[in-house]
Amino acid sequence: MKFDKPATANPIDRLQVIGQPHDRIDGARKVTGTARYAYEQHDVVPNQAYGYVIGAGIAKGRIASIELDAARKAPGVLAIVTAKEAGNLKKGPRNTARLLAGPEVEHYHQAVALVVAESFEQARAAASLIKVEYAAAKGAFDLAAAKDRATKPEGDDPSLKDTHVGDFVDAFASAPVSLDETYTTPDESHAMMEPHATLAAWEGDRLTLWTANQMVAWGVTDMATTLGIPKQNIRIVSPFIGGGFGGKLFLRADVLLAALGARLAQRPVKVALTRPLMANNTTHRPATIQRIRLGATKEGKLTAIGHESWSGDLKGGGPEVAVQQTRLLYAGANRMTAMRLAELDLPEGNAMRAPGEAPGLMALEMAMDEMAEKLGMDPIAFRLLNDTQVDPEKPGRPFSMRRLDECFKLGAERFGWSRRSERVGQMREGNWLIGLGVATAFRNNLVMKSGARVSLDAEGIVTVETDMTDIGTGSYTIIGQTAAEMLGVDLEKVVVKLGDSAFPVSAGSGGQWGGNSSTAGVYAACVKLREAVAQKLGINSTEAVFAGGEVKAGNRSLPLKSAAEAGPLTGEDTIEYGDLDETHQQSTFGAHFVEVGVDAATAETRVRRMLAVCAAGRILNPKTARSQVIGAMTMGAGAALMEELAVDKRRGFFVNHDLAGYEVPVHADIPHQDVVFLDEADPMSSPMKAKGVGELGICGVGAAVANAIYNATGVRVRNYPITLDKLLPRMPEAA
Amino acid sequence: MRAFSYEKAASPAEAAAAAASDRDARFIAGGTNLLDLMKLQIEAPTHLIDVNGLGLDTIAPTTDGGLRIGALVRNTALAADERVRRDYAVLSRALLAGASGQLRNRATTAGNLLQRTRCPYFYDTAQPCNKRQPGSGCSAIDGFSRQLGVVGISDTCIATHPSDMAVAMRALDATVETVKPDRSTRSIPVADLHRLPGKTPHVETVLERGELITAVTLPKPAGGTQIYRKVRDRASYAFALISVAAIVQRDGSGRIALGGVAPKPWRVEKAEAELPRGAKAATEAILAGAKPTHDNAFKLPLVERTLGAVLTQARG
Repeated sequence: MKFDKPATANPIDRLQVIGQPHDRIDGARKVTGTARYAYEQHDVVPNQAYGYVIGAGIAKGRIASIELDAARKAPGVLAIVTAKEAGNLKKGPRNTARLLAGPEVEHYHQAVALVVAESFEQARAAASLIKVEYAAAKGAFDLAAAKDRATKPEGDDPSLKDTHVGDFVDAFASAPVSLDETYTTPDESHAMMEPHATLAAWEGDRLTLWTANQMVAWGVTDMATTLGIPKQNIRIVSPFIGGGFGGKLFLRADVLLAALGARLAQRPVKVALTRPLMANNTTHRPATIQRIRLGATKEGKLTAIGHESWSGDLKGGGPEVAVQQTRLLYAGANRMTAMRLAELDLPEGNAMRAPGEAPGLMALEMAMDEMAEKLGMDPIAFRLLNDTQVDPEKPGRPFSMRRLDECFKLGAERFGWSRRSERVGQMREGNWLIGLGVATAFRNNLVMKSGARVSLDAEGIVTVETDMTDIGTGSYTIIGQTAAEMLGVDLEKVVVKLGDSAFPVSAGSGGQWGGNSSTAGVYAACVKLREAVAQKLGINSTEAVFAGGEVKAGNRSLPLKSAAEAGPLTGEDTIEYGDLDETHQQSTFGAHFVEVGVDAATAETRVRRMLAVCAAGRILNPKTARSQVIGAMTMGAGAALMEELAVDKRRGFFVNHDLAGYEVPVHADIPHQDVVFLDEADPMSSPMKAKGVGELGICGVGAAVANAIYNATGVRVRNYPITLDKLLPRMPEAA
Repeated sequence: MRAFSYEKAASPAEAAAAAASDRDARFIAGGTNLLDLMKLQIEAPTHLIDVNGLGLDTIAPTTDGGLRIGALVRNTALAADERVRRDYAVLSRALLAGASGQLRNRATTAGNLLQRTRCPYFYDTAQPCNKRQPGSGCSAIDGFSRQLGVVGISDTCIATHPSDMAVAMRALDATVETVKPDRSTRSIPVADLHRLPGKTPHVETVLERGELITAVTLPKPAGGTQIYRKVRDRASYAFALISVAAIVQRDGSGRIALGGVAPKPWRVEKAEAELPRGAKAATEAILAGAKPTHDNAFKLPLVERTLGAVLTQARG
């Protein structure tokens, strides 16, 4: 199905099943431990062996020697894979560094070897007997020090180019009120609950991988490239994923080494990356240094908007696209953005939940708060004065739907924004300095081609198959709801099968494109199935109404399942998109409200209340969508207050590489959260009229927390995370 | 984790004797720290002596009005004990500020005292660490040291002792009871249990080979207002940046011990004379000679401000 015109009325609009807050259809399996994650696939193939990955102990250099003899003789050891045993490997297009080091080491904890043994404990014990000698080389590990050597990102991707509209330099210089500040965000780790894990089994030259991967089709392609074998020979099975946040978008060392280990040991091999490997062996969100310049009239109209960002990555990598939202968020005639990329020898940077927008808005939305104060304006009024219904770079290009103003107005009322003191440091309860902050949430809506196959059997059971993944988001449920709505059956009559490369290729999970795109693909397949049903029943498909397990046309009404009496019927299709996302800017919006308390003595910050009001098209399931947003708000609070991969700038690695050292918020950090969705349906996005929501929730949260801290204390910290040591030197005297 | 043998000891003295006969033996109680260290190959004992089930899990009054806490009393049970909550509130509060409910259910009194540092370089076996591998050097001193020590440290090690419980016990003048492999027993003030790193940061306590902690004894209640204030980046399940255990009397005198600043629970008795002069004077005395790093210099003003808040709270 080609989606190239705005959606009109369709069966989804009935909202009998879709749009309802159904419990997750996979929930019972998850809470009873019967949803099998990759490392728990104990019975899919017999005779499984265990692999243990050894990560490099240096950041850059060469492996001088590896002594394997003692490990080979250790109890239970079946095989040891190093670059030598692996033979000729290519690199998948989505990996920056190779997944197996040797002789060159490109980053700390890059995999050096895999030990395969009868048990995990034997593999780990044997791994400790391997002696690796390195010849370390000097590397660059400090973004601030490398900043002046940073260059324009390479390649033709227009989103990486410098942008200029109007005359920024002149407008900024002549603006009556202006701001020029620098903000920094640290390296961050996805820190999802389930580690990267894979079980690999060869049958002749065919390879099956039970793994945890957000993008099944990318995984197949990149694995085929890496091993130099045909794509057709690889099957990926990834039915349940314990969190990803972008960390499982790409092929990682667990997949490759499990496959290599299985080939060498001639046994199925399972590999999970240990928690310490996750920070340095896999990808992370890169740190940024961002300079923001704003110029405005005395009345608060922005006349100049400039945003530059510096980030680092390994050679061949890319920048954190922290300026992209600034091109679209606020009106202003004169604007510029630029990104510069420094070559660093830290582990590979890549996407983490709302790549670009999350750190970009942490800077921009703090700058907006500072600018509002300079103007003597309420921060909400300042934002709304500069709201726009068109792409500020291309005024002829409207937003498909943009209700940011309503988000702020409703949020202000619900949150009690009027209680906020405009003067800083005015609100106090006992030992707590209280502050309120806001920020805009903004994330583009991306649409991706997505396929599905839907079949109906004689029992009236509808089965959906697509390689779409559920990374904890609720894909199973919204896909089931979509099929139920389209075919007029109860959700209980729908079976959803996901995450298998044997199924039609879907959008996958990433960039908050999965929910809308994958259900649109299911919609397209359901349209095909409805046609097949109508034809079978001798009904004109345009007249047919599918409801209550029946198909009605005119005075006729037939049981749906009767269409499959002679055998199952199947509909398969792929949703593809025209240029509606070019003629119209499709984005999602929200307003974040945060109240913090800052301890007057210790400067510990604790979030007291959070509210997000979101406008993100049709909400396919208010319950799972709410879970997505509160999870994202929690992650945003973590980014504001505690999350930071600490760089050892001498040795070139992230030091706090476990969950004791890399702190993420716990329940006690997040006392009260609320989420409101505006009731809307965006016909430009897809037949579902939905948009993404999973990343919108993290966008802007960090700045709302930062602005609340400033409101509480009068201390402006522009370097995230805002830990107490940064506040202390300027805190008011403790009473 | 290397292969190891395991035995269940029949009595404390036999456990001590068994430990003395094998250089690479370790006692195991709650296992909340040791098992992690074994998995990471930081500790690689060849033999484990299980001291659970030796009857060391009771809390009983002492003849001089104090309390004797068995070495195997779980942190959860100790924190909830009515006598502890009433007479040694600082201890109960410190316990509840530590770890998580699940960990406290397993962790024991003696194990908590003997837990090892959380310095991140100690936990990464690819990095030099004098505590893990004597003589290899300290990666932390010029590295990421935000969590690490400012006082009592040496130029070979700046690790801190991570316990909350121990800080309260130091303020309470607790005493550790032990049994040695030759069946003799001794009492060690908790103040003397942990050694400062000096040139031998891998030697962390004065306990001799095979010596087993059997109990911790608290003297008769100290009275006063008892406060444990732990300062940390997140609200729960985080090690202290700094902590203050305080027992403050109506006349303004009191005792102060600090956590998160030193290789052991940090108390300087003579500095307590400064308490009536306020937090600044007391902090200067307690942290005299501090040598912070760039990363952790904030701990000095943080101690002062936190102590100030604690003293204000104590005055009611």
